[in-house]
Amino acid sequence: MFNRDSWQEIFETISKNKLRTFLSGFTVALGIFIFVILFGFGNGLKNSFQEFFMDDATNIFRLFPGRTTIPHNGFKTGRFIEFDNDDLAEIQKTFKSKIQYITPRITRNYTVKFKSKSNNYGLRAVAPGHQAAEKTILMKGRYINNEDIENKTKYAVIGRLVEKDLFEGKDALGKFIDIGKRSFKVVGVFQDDGGDNEERYVYIPYTTNQLIEKNTDKLEQIIVAFKPEIGYGGAMNFEEELMTFMKKRHNIHPNDQGAIYLRNVADDLEQNQQFGSLLQMVVSFVGLGTLIAGIIGISNIMVYVVKERTKELGVRKAIGASPRSVILMILQESIFITTAAGYVGLFSGIMLLSSLGDSLDDYFIKNPYINTGTAIFATIILIVFGAIAGYVPARRAARIKPIVALRDE
Amino acid sequence: MIEIKDLHKSYTIGKNALHVLKGINFNVKEGELVAIMGSSGSGKSTLLNILGMLDVADEGTYTLDEFPIKDLNETKAAKYRNKFLGFIFQSFNLINYKSALENVALPLYYQKVPRKERNETAMKYLAKVGLADWASHLPSELSGGQKQRIAIARALAAQPKVLLADEPTGALDSKTSYEVMQLIQEINDEGKTILVVTHEDDIAKMCKRVVQLKDGVIIEDKYVEQVRASDHV
Repeated sequence: MFNRDSWQEIFETISKNKLRTFLSGFTVALGIFIFVILFGFGNGLKNSFQEFFMDDATNIFRLFPGRTTIPHNGFKTGRFIEFDNDDLAEIQKTFKSKIQYITPRITRNYTVKFKSKSNNYGLRAVAPGHQAAEKTILMKGRYINNEDIENKTKYAVIGRLVEKDLFEGKDALGKFIDIGKRSFKVVGVFQDDGGDNEERYVYIPYTTNQLIEKNTDKLEQIIVAFKPEIGYGGAMNFEEELMTFMKKRHNIHPNDQGAIYLRNVADDLEQNQQFGSLLQMVVSFVGLGTLIAGIIGISNIMVYVVKERTKELGVRKAIGASPRSVILMILQESIFITTAAGYVGLFSGIMLLSSLGDSLDDYFIKNPYINTGTAIFATIILIVFGAIAGYVPARRAARIKPIVALRDE
Repeated sequence: MIEIKDLHKSYTIGKNALHVLKGINFNVKEGELVAIMGSSGSGKSTLLNILGMLDVADEGTYTLDEFPIKDLNETKAAKYRNKFLGFIFQSFNLINYKSALENVALPLYYQKVPRKERNETAMKYLAKVGLADWASHLPSELSGGQKQRIAIARALAAQPKVLLADEPTGALDSKTSYEVMQLIQEINDEGKTILVVTHEDDIAKMCKRVVQLKDGVIIEDKYVEQVRASDHV
């Protein structure tokens, strides 16, 4: 039946019933188009979400000092815990085999000035490991290095936007800026995927900051990166060991929950991924809904089309069409239309998605895309259901006796 | 050509069986032009539908061109209809989105005749009914008489053994009716067997034989002096 002649018959029918063809084709094309767009947007949302939360390294613990809540070893509750350089050194010594790098972080706020330009920026006093922890990307120059730490140099690495603000497009490298009342030499400029705020920081060696602040040895936050190869379980163990170790060092009761906080990015990651898959589920659900709506649409139209053609089919049968040829004709026609229209919807949807690119970044839709496999699968689903939806009434119409069909005015 | 023996047909409507044909015996020889007459409810359309294999009888035998017609399923019936019968309907039943030529060529499509040959044959029959110039027109652009002539051309195109016409002039005015009857007479003159169901006396008189049906039985079956339709045109 799938010969040239039957195709010709179908093309004639299609070209002479433009409204009908358009309606069924449009439903399918629109269904696929919306499916592709929504699914793509969902993926875009997921992308920006991931980028949001995964701008930093994922193999790190952040330790924050807090206040004790349980008396221990003669200390009262409410004691402030403080970290110092010894903590840093001891952690490094004790857990050498598990640590990839370790860095403190002291956060301050300073007015930073270059010539007549000045602005308020966040200052982070850190060690070289901090670059990996924050995934800082150097645009030019270098990051804080170990020599800076040792020699307490007055070198600073500034964010891309700091350079833009203060130097107005000119090169900041090698220039001197005032941080507070002290002069620092710019040795590097960085960018960060974390967004504009991340690019408005200034990094200096933590030892330099300690020197400025009356040669203290206090630290605020300690960031410990474990070796990724120890795995999730290993990281969990390490987390516990690290807490026990720190509590012991600072005379904290083992059950004290408030004295030291440890934020495990791996935990966050787990949660975020859960949220991410929830988002994916929502997206899939919306996609499925669109698809079902499309299927219902094409089914309705197929039922209508067959109903409209009942008489014609009766005539065809009276002049010699077998029931099989009637069913085949309707199926072939509907499959052809849905396939062609599905392709149009698929193609235009993908085209629109790829033309959007990053223009919707502001709406948290980053790089929307759809797997070609998913899109083709959706199209095939729609074609199959369109065919089934056409088959049922077509079979019924083919079974009706021609006289009944001919009487149907 | 057609032999019918003891044909019965009833329809069930709710609990009641309506006995429409109560034992019809009826033969048609090749080349006859038979009018089947009767008031509505006499069973004439049912008889035609059974002759046309659009419906099946409950009892009795039906032989068409020495070929017993029985145990019909839809596919078989479609094949036989295509091979043996040409239909002419009261409401023409042309496919409205197909041109005159395509309508006439359609039975040949179901005979799997190649396209080119199909169109040539269809054109020949269009010329025969005098509508060759209208080949590319849609049914909606034609008058009632023209539509019926297209339908006749379509019925002829498959070269059937028998033409079955169900009230072929029912939807036409008398002048056009006579023109259509003239065409039917001409086709009959060439030797084609034709059965015409009608309730109009003047149409029946243009046939060679009139069969009167009443309440499911044949009450009269006589040969008549044929009135030539050309005399009235």
